[in-house]
Amino acid sequence: MEAFTEIQSGIPADPAVRGVLGDLLAADERRAEQAAVAGMRIVAGGVVALVLCLFLFVFREAWPLMSGQVTTARKYAPVTAGQFEGMTHEERAKYLRVEPARLLQLSPEAVTQLAALRDAETREASSQPDAGVNAASWQNLLFPRQWNGYDRPEYIWQPNSKTPKFNIMPLLVGSLRICFMALAVALPLGFAAALFVSQFASPKVREWVKPVVELLAGCPTVVIGFFGLLVVASMVQATFGLTIRLNAFVAGMCVALAVIPTVFSISEEALSGVSESFRDAARALGADEWQSALRVVVPAAAPGLMAAALLGIGRALGETMIAMMVSGNAAALDLSLFASARTVPATIGQELAETVIGGVHYRVLFLLGAMLFAVCFVTNLLGSWVLSRLRAVPAPMADPVAEEARLAR
Amino acid sequence: MNPIETSADLSRGGSRSFGRFGVPVLAGLTGLLLVLVAFLFGAILIEGGHGLRPGFVFGGTSEGLFDPHKTGVFPMIFGTSALVILMTVFVVPLGVITGIYLQEFASPVSRLAGATRLAVKHLAGIPSIVFGLFGLGFFVHFLGGGLDRIGGATEPVWGKPGLIWAALTMAVLTVPVVVVSTEEALRSVPDSIRDAGLSLGATRLETLRLAVLPQAAPGILTGGMLAVSRGAGEVAPILFVGAAFSAPLPNSLNDQFMELGYHIFVLSTQSPDVDRTRPLLFATACVLLVLTFALNFTAIWVRMNLRARMRPLH
Repeated sequence: MEAFTEIQSGIPADPAVRGVLGDLLAADERRAEQAAVAGMRIVAGGVVALVLCLFLFVFREAWPLMSGQVTTARKYAPVTAGQFEGMTHEERAKYLRVEPARLLQLSPEAVTQLAALRDAETREASSQPDAGVNAASWQNLLFPRQWNGYDRPEYIWQPNSKTPKFNIMPLLVGSLRICFMALAVALPLGFAAALFVSQFASPKVREWVKPVVELLAGCPTVVIGFFGLLVVASMVQATFGLTIRLNAFVAGMCVALAVIPTVFSISEEALSGVSESFRDAARALGADEWQSALRVVVPAAAPGLMAAALLGIGRALGETMIAMMVSGNAAALDLSLFASARTVPATIGQELAETVIGGVHYRVLFLLGAMLFAVCFVTNLLGSWVLSRLRAVPAPMADPVAEEARLAR
Repeated sequence: MNPIETSADLSRGGSRSFGRFGVPVLAGLTGLLLVLVAFLFGAILIEGGHGLRPGFVFGGTSEGLFDPHKTGVFPMIFGTSALVILMTVFVVPLGVITGIYLQEFASPVSRLAGATRLAVKHLAGIPSIVFGLFGLGFFVHFLGGGLDRIGGATEPVWGKPGLIWAALTMAVLTVPVVVVSTEEALRSVPDSIRDAGLSLGATRLETLRLAVLPQAAPGILTGGMLAVSRGAGEVAPILFVGAAFSAPLPNSLNDQFMELGYHIFVLSTQSPDVDRTRPLLFATACVLLVLTFALNFTAIWVRMNLRARMRPLH
């Protein structure tokens, strides 16, 4: 577009040429095109704005917590009779937790009784053990704390208990356990299938495997979760004789099914993209197919395999439905693969609907979402950066003379 | 890594005899993957296929959710359809226009185009649950709550989960699918067609409309279908912005609705008696799987069909 307008604006010196161009591109047509392009720019800008909004709104809800403006600590500060007299009608209604209109109908005695009741309530709430502790401070979000009634410092996620506890470590460890298990299954299977399909399989086999993996990619994750819950979990339990039916091991295996298509398609593309000349050279040097694949093609495609693994990590960490259905969802800090696990996205998925908007629990869940967002953003960024390194590698064997000349310069 | 190695180097990593085992191992792992996928689909389609009676597919939930003989999935099919149709209305214009801009009109050095590409790429990698958070924070509370404040509503009318917010959230999620397919479809149209159009005196817009878009249409259509299939299958984004455990058929845009994927989640995690409701569970999962596969297959079929018709042009 820019180039086109430049040509037009550069023309007027020669009236003959201007006449021809003018006929070809009548003024109103040009205007229509400019308007259309401007419209497209606005739409594209809208997409950018949308992504910025996404970033902004997830972090906006978590920000008060991140910056330490939120507290769960309760202190008993009695409201004296004098203070109560000094309140406006709305403030009184709010303190007594009745509708302002209803307050007008109450007798003075009833108001006094209600105030006494409210006072007793706040005194009771603040006399709870640990009432003065701010469970939403970074210290208590990340590090163990010896809560009243516990004999040692512990990592506890109990958002709905009387003294809510928001330690996010059990959730992070749960996510990591399932992610580890998923990658332990998905990477070998995905890489092996990609290597086989790209280097050894006949075209007929390739035509079969690729659509099947695409089909798996199109399978809703809730269906995989369902399959894991009703079929895989029972099978694994019977095979290994486990006491806990739903655990990180089973969940990881099911999440792997969702990760495999990502790993397979990216690494297959990278392996197939290695120049044929690499393989030819290896074969000419006496390597057989296996040697050329493993020693020449795989190293050349290494950035692509790396990117596949990184994007696989992002996918595994963000998987919600499977983790919610198959992992057992116990929020205990446990390093065993055969123990139940609660992941970060599953916690958001299960708890957000029941939280008070703008409350501490709500903000902690948004904080978890923001962390998930940030981690996946980084793995994506790394992945695409590594991939761009793969694409930037020229085919050095295509023209050794030119390559030599380039190096000499 | 220097790709040129001597034969001595090459045989160090994998000897010839190792290759004799290596290739079958790779083939075996690939076979294992195929078996796993076949097991997943086979188990659901076979066990679920038994339960696909007309009374189940077109029946309602007036008799409760968990009775395998009386309940049906029509409200969920209706809800999912309403969701994806609304979603398509939002996402297809947005995605297709962005794709056309990026591929046909943006100059290679345009900053806007670069930012848009980056945005779309990152959008594709964000976990689906984060879209749910965004939908709740932005659409429900900010937009919906804002509308209520302007309208002076005492009870939330728009500032609560509903069909429109779920559709918008899902539309944001599927933007990358449509943009990438559109770009790919336009890229596959040879430049000679554009050159021919321009040389005949057509404007770029006319060339696009009359020559390029008809060629790219199958690819763009495929992208739309893949987006619909994705939208029908994702559950995490709509957990808090519209899907309901149990609700009547949606009457208006701000009603909550039942959705197939969410229903599978509800059935399989909250069923009072898993053994008794097992046939119901499998049949419901089967319906969702058949729907998404039908969409995927149709997309592939449309692409192949239209491509075959286009062939003489190339």
